[in-house]
Amino acid sequence: VSAVASPYGPRAEAGPPGLAAKLLGFCEELRSEGVAVGTSEILDAFAALEQVPWESRDDFREALSATIAKSQEDRRLFELLFERWFFRAAEAEAIEREVGEGEQRHEGAERLDIDDLREQIRQAILDGDDDAMRDLARLAIAAFGRQGEGSGVVGVDVQRIRRTLELSAGTQPQQGEATDGAAERPPIDRDQLNRFERHLRRELERDLIERTETLPPSRPLAELDRALPTSPTQDLAAVHRAVSQMKRRLATLGHEQRGRRKAQAVDVRRTLRASLETGGVPMHLRYRPKRPRRPEIYVLCDVSTSVTSASVFFLSVLHALHDSFRKLRSFVFIERISEVTEIFEHERDFREIARRVSSEGGVADVSGYTDYGRVWLEFLTEISDDLDPRSTVIVLGDARTNGREPHAEVFAQVAERAGRLFWLNPEPKLYWNYGDSVMAAYERHCDGAFECWTTRHLENFVNVVAGGVPAAD
Amino acid sequence: MAETQAPASVAETKEALAAASYLADESAALVSFLAQRLGKPILVEGPAGVGKTELAKALSRASGRALIRLQCYEGLDEAKALYEWNYRKQLLRIQAGGESGWEDVHGDIFSDEFLLARPLMQAIASPEPVVLLIDEIDKTDQEFEAMLLELLSDFQITIPELGQVSASSMPIVVLTSNNSRELTEALKRRCLYLWLDYPDLEREMEIVRLHAPDLSETLTRRLVEVVRMVRDLDLKKPPSIAETIDWARTLLLMGAEDIDRETFEQSMSIIVKHRTDIDLVAERVGMRLSAPTQAG
Repeated sequence: VSAVASPYGPRAEAGPPGLAAKLLGFCEELRSEGVAVGTSEILDAFAALEQVPWESRDDFREALSATIAKSQEDRRLFELLFERWFFRAAEAEAIEREVGEGEQRHEGAERLDIDDLREQIRQAILDGDDDAMRDLARLAIAAFGRQGEGSGVVGVDVQRIRRTLELSAGTQPQQGEATDGAAERPPIDRDQLNRFERHLRRELERDLIERTETLPPSRPLAELDRALPTSPTQDLAAVHRAVSQMKRRLATLGHEQRGRRKAQAVDVRRTLRASLETGGVPMHLRYRPKRPRRPEIYVLCDVSTSVTSASVFFLSVLHALHDSFRKLRSFVFIERISEVTEIFEHERDFREIARRVSSEGGVADVSGYTDYGRVWLEFLTEISDDLDPRSTVIVLGDARTNGREPHAEVFAQVAERAGRLFWLNPEPKLYWNYGDSVMAAYERHCDGAFECWTTRHLENFVNVVAGGVPAAD
Repeated sequence: MAETQAPASVAETKEALAAASYLADESAALVSFLAQRLGKPILVEGPAGVGKTELAKALSRASGRALIRLQCYEGLDEAKALYEWNYRKQLLRIQAGGESGWEDVHGDIFSDEFLLARPLMQAIASPEPVVLLIDEIDKTDQEFEAMLLELLSDFQITIPELGQVSASSMPIVVLTSNNSRELTEALKRRCLYLWLDYPDLEREMEIVRLHAPDLSETLTRRLVEVVRMVRDLDLKKPPSIAETIDWARTLLLMGAEDIDRETFEQSMSIIVKHRTDIDLVAERVGMRLSAPTQAG
């Protein structure tokens, strides 16, 4: 077998033929997308495949995914790659061997009765019968897709065929057009229609590949836009993921060592059981393990204009934090500080939260410029009594004081009272302390200051907090 | 290890589960089938209330095995999950056998007789094959997960004083997780993974029909449609399948003919249980129901 680049992008080595090689190649590709596929998983996959019939595509896929893709994120990548890999593997084979269905493929298309086809498709969709849907999709393409109207863009053709078939979700078909009994036909569920559209899309792609005899180039999948999310809902999931990891780390780290030994409670049960070694005389005391205390978190978030683009991101971080921590109080500030815990607790919809924070926060006085000094003063007076060594304070802001008094000594007091204090700055480190940024004055008092404008930075922050190594950028 | 008769095909597993009144979808049936054939634990993840725990119960009913359940919580330790020495009995033994030598007593008190088996131990030691359900594994700490590893891969437990205890029959192990934290790679590696999600319209209707057969067809459809509408909202706690069934039964008791705005508001608290959620649902769904031409 030659290692000549195939027409469908780089495929390193064709390797020996057979399923094992294909499957290994597939796992290799999953790994390159960041799914942790271990040797034991591959062995399991082979073991599982021995148990299921291969002619069923669903069983084959499920058996693989149950043994290989073990989280929801992995599952998503798996689905995407599975389609691409196994579908293309078959098509690539066909091109290499110059196997084509030729005219046979659409045999019988002329004899089709359109109304009949519509009815059959509708029925197949309602029954959720995948095999029938696939066959009918091919017929539909033959009937409507090949009459010189094909646009060449798969997505467009799918919609055109769908319209021609008068399929739409949730509504009744038009009465005049359709055959008898139309009135009682149940509406089509959106999910089911999507399923049919997927079949259409696949068959159209197959068609396209057969005509052009090349496969579309394969691209790596995981190139998600990880920069500052412009649309919050889009990246909310990623932020939530990072924060849920942070939750665990904050919950279990750092605090165990605090407190005095004499405060430990004797575990009577274990002490007595241990006494068996000394003939029933309790000679060694056993203590209850210290459970890490639940952290109390205070988050202060700058929402001024200088961080407008970042505050969307920060608000989504806050949103995610509120999902994870019960004892969380959040504040937003510009010139003054205002507690918004209520809003986050009672509102789920992110856009609504953003609206209410801006309308009810009441944080801007006159100028709309951040006044960090005043914010610390207010924060300290408002909640100084609640701050104690087990509280964690997280500040999200750019430390640009607009030339006003930074009151670093007040900030130092906050840092002293709180157990830990972290600063997340939405500006690259390079810009810190330039212009009116007084980051250095505050940084001295922080347990850590981090640049943070992408979810990746957020993950990094979580890692560092957990005592791990910061990920290289 | 005595291999009990594993099902011969996926379809057979599915039927057996259905006979145990659990309508499994394709992947749930396939993973259950594989778990029995390969002798591997199943890790079930998914949102709350999609029937993760129920799957284990159904597997137990379908295979005629006893169900042993370990409910996880923060601070669960091996003394409560694995085994513990029965120290009262041990003390008695020491005092009763005053004349025998220390060596005898020492060898004696750390024997089977003085062992209190906790759920995991019970599952391993049981002479009959069982289904072991480890519920909400994500509630425990990572140390506990590590402790499970030996059990999950080799079905054995090592007790320092006694040595290894191996399973005499292969248990079906089901672990559930609400995904409140990432589980360790090591644990995942040993399991088959099953993601359960809310069922689609048709399947949920079948489930409701199974549990509330007296509800009329149109009302069942309407009910499931409304529940799905509610789930689409961004709620703190979306309604579970169990709550759908409860609601269906409530409607039966109320003798409702159709779900109009009034019925909905009266019985809404069955599927929505959070104050802020109730407001949201009343506003978004309740309003829509009031529309006059909405006959299912």
